[in-house]
Amino acid sequence: MVAEKTRLLNMVQAIKEALDLALSRDGRVLVFGEDVGRLGGVFRVTEGLQAKHGESRVFDTPLAESGILGMAIGLAMGGMRPVAEIQFAGFLYPALDQILSHLGRWRHRSRGRVGLPVVVRAPYGGGVHTPEQHADSPEAILAHAPGVKVVIPSSPERAKGLLLSAIEDEDPVFFLEAIKLYRSARAPVPEGYYTLPLGKARVVRQGKAATLIGYGGMVEVMLEAAEVAAREGVEVMVVDLETLVPLDEDTLLEAVRETGRAVVVYEAMRTGGFGAEVAARIAEGAIDHLQAPVLRVAGYDAPYPPFSAIEDLYRPSARRVLAALRKVLTY
Amino acid sequence: MKLKPVAYLEKGEFPLEAGEALRLYRAMRRARFFDEKAVTFQRQGRLGVYAPFMGQEAAQVGVALALGEGDWVVPSYRESAMLLARGLPIHVLILYWRAHPAGWGFPEGVRAVNPYIPIATQIPQAVGLALAGRYRGEDWVVATSIGDGGTSEGDFHEGLNFAAVFQAPVVFLVQNNGYAISVPRAKQMRVDYIARRAEGYGMPGVVVDGNDAFAVYLEAKKAVERARRGEGPTLLEALTYRLAPHTTSDDPTRYRAREEEEAWRRKDPILRLRKALEERGLWDEDRERALLEELEEEFARELALADAAPEPRPEEIVEHVYKEMGPDQRRAYEALRRGLHVEEAW
Repeated sequence: MVAEKTRLLNMVQAIKEALDLALSRDGRVLVFGEDVGRLGGVFRVTEGLQAKHGESRVFDTPLAESGILGMAIGLAMGGMRPVAEIQFAGFLYPALDQILSHLGRWRHRSRGRVGLPVVVRAPYGGGVHTPEQHADSPEAILAHAPGVKVVIPSSPERAKGLLLSAIEDEDPVFFLEAIKLYRSARAPVPEGYYTLPLGKARVVRQGKAATLIGYGGMVEVMLEAAEVAAREGVEVMVVDLETLVPLDEDTLLEAVRETGRAVVVYEAMRTGGFGAEVAARIAEGAIDHLQAPVLRVAGYDAPYPPFSAIEDLYRPSARRVLAALRKVLTY
Repeated sequence: MKLKPVAYLEKGEFPLEAGEALRLYRAMRRARFFDEKAVTFQRQGRLGVYAPFMGQEAAQVGVALALGEGDWVVPSYRESAMLLARGLPIHVLILYWRAHPAGWGFPEGVRAVNPYIPIATQIPQAVGLALAGRYRGEDWVVATSIGDGGTSEGDFHEGLNFAAVFQAPVVFLVQNNGYAISVPRAKQMRVDYIARRAEGYGMPGVVVDGNDAFAVYLEAKKAVERARRGEGPTLLEALTYRLAPHTTSDDPTRYRAREEEEAWRRKDPILRLRKALEERGLWDEDRERALLEELEEEFARELALADAAPEPRPEEIVEHVYKEMGPDQRRAYEALRRGLHVEEAW
């Protein structure tokens, strides 16, 4: 359900609006993390929320990610709906024990008694010359944790509706926000409260020649590549997965069956990345339709480079996607 | 700061009303009864790997009984005595230690959550649960428990600091039983008392003789009352000893001297409390025998309930992963319930 009136907002503004609406609508929602209170977060996503909703609903925590995740779990156990911010996705690592051992296991180990409606927001990914270790894309690690959902929006409008769904969801949701998209563009965002379904992929561009599959910050890269290809007379389909877990395999496989050629794009390190899971699903479910190997365009098998002059070579670009496209089209 | 363990029994003091003292004794004896049965059952193959608590009954029961009805227990895996004293039915606990799914969904009315297996992760979660009460306008207090070894973990530090910063109504019980499996306390830390660390967090720290039920109970009560008044958390260190192995898979003769065990056996918290009760004419052999008969009957009833639990269904593997099954769980569920593996249902 999407309201009709829209404004142009960037992703920071759209996410803030979602948090504001959720805080207003449900007294159980709490927003907390490092610097989210008075400062409004290092990316200003929570700017003004503490002043509006009070220090008990929107607050700073000590600088300790495991403590933040652990406290969020306990708050949810007690009936609250915490929305925790981890300042950068690469800072989730100290909290991995809480995430892997507990967050997604409580419902299972309590046989349904303890469900945890926790949302963990974290900015991820590169492309904006952040300092070392501020550009990680750990979505595959999170997707490999049992019992959690992983959502990665690709536009302001999607971000707002998906975040509101995540906050309404009864299970833990990781909500990763591409730093590159935060302020890169403004786009129409509907006013008011609306939700977009989790667990649904969507075709964002139609085409018959091949299928590009990605999420988050890679969607604009894929669309740029598709635009270049179209100028050469090649129409490619672009799929935005949006939710990695639970994965919408039906939409994914249907999109691949239609073209018979697939390129998966992600900016995390190639080996063991989520694109490998996507490629495996395609192999399992659509091999009969494939006319070329499934290719991955991903970060190189190296740490995300802090060296700004060559940093942009690490992250998949339209140029790299086009090279892969040529390969699957001429196989 | 000078710390001195709070103690009553060794000084011959009896600071409780008879009824309260008897309540403590009965709960501790009942817990010991369960512990002995559990170890025997494990040896007979009627229980899975079990973490005994023998010797730590005063520390666990003392804190559990200091809590009010609406308060929560957030335990680690050794706290079966705490869970029993908190009202978890014996048959559920048997099924829990049988690793039967019916023992993992604790009944709604029991204000305790499942025991934690990773070390110290319960500490920040207990803080969150305590704060949730404040948001909801409930006055519940959370008692959580950890061992001496667990206090070396980062989550212990993070959790205590969070609790102090947010003035969370939590009682942190450290059962200092001298060993983290085999590693003695002296190799775990350089402080004399773990409770000393409380000062570094800005909360009160108290040390008690953990084999003295009166000391644990009374200090826990003070901590619970403080927390309920909104005055924040307390670190309560109970000096005690695990008279049994770490788990039924452990062999403590490889790391502790028999003499040390014997010395602690003489400080058995149940025998000490019983002696104090007997000296005041509150307990005797007949009452003990009657209690044991009662416990035997209760256990038999509860065991029958546990034995009657239906075999776990294969599809329970993928139930309760999410509130609503995702497509991957659904696919596995449909196969498993037909007695197939997912590969066989393709």
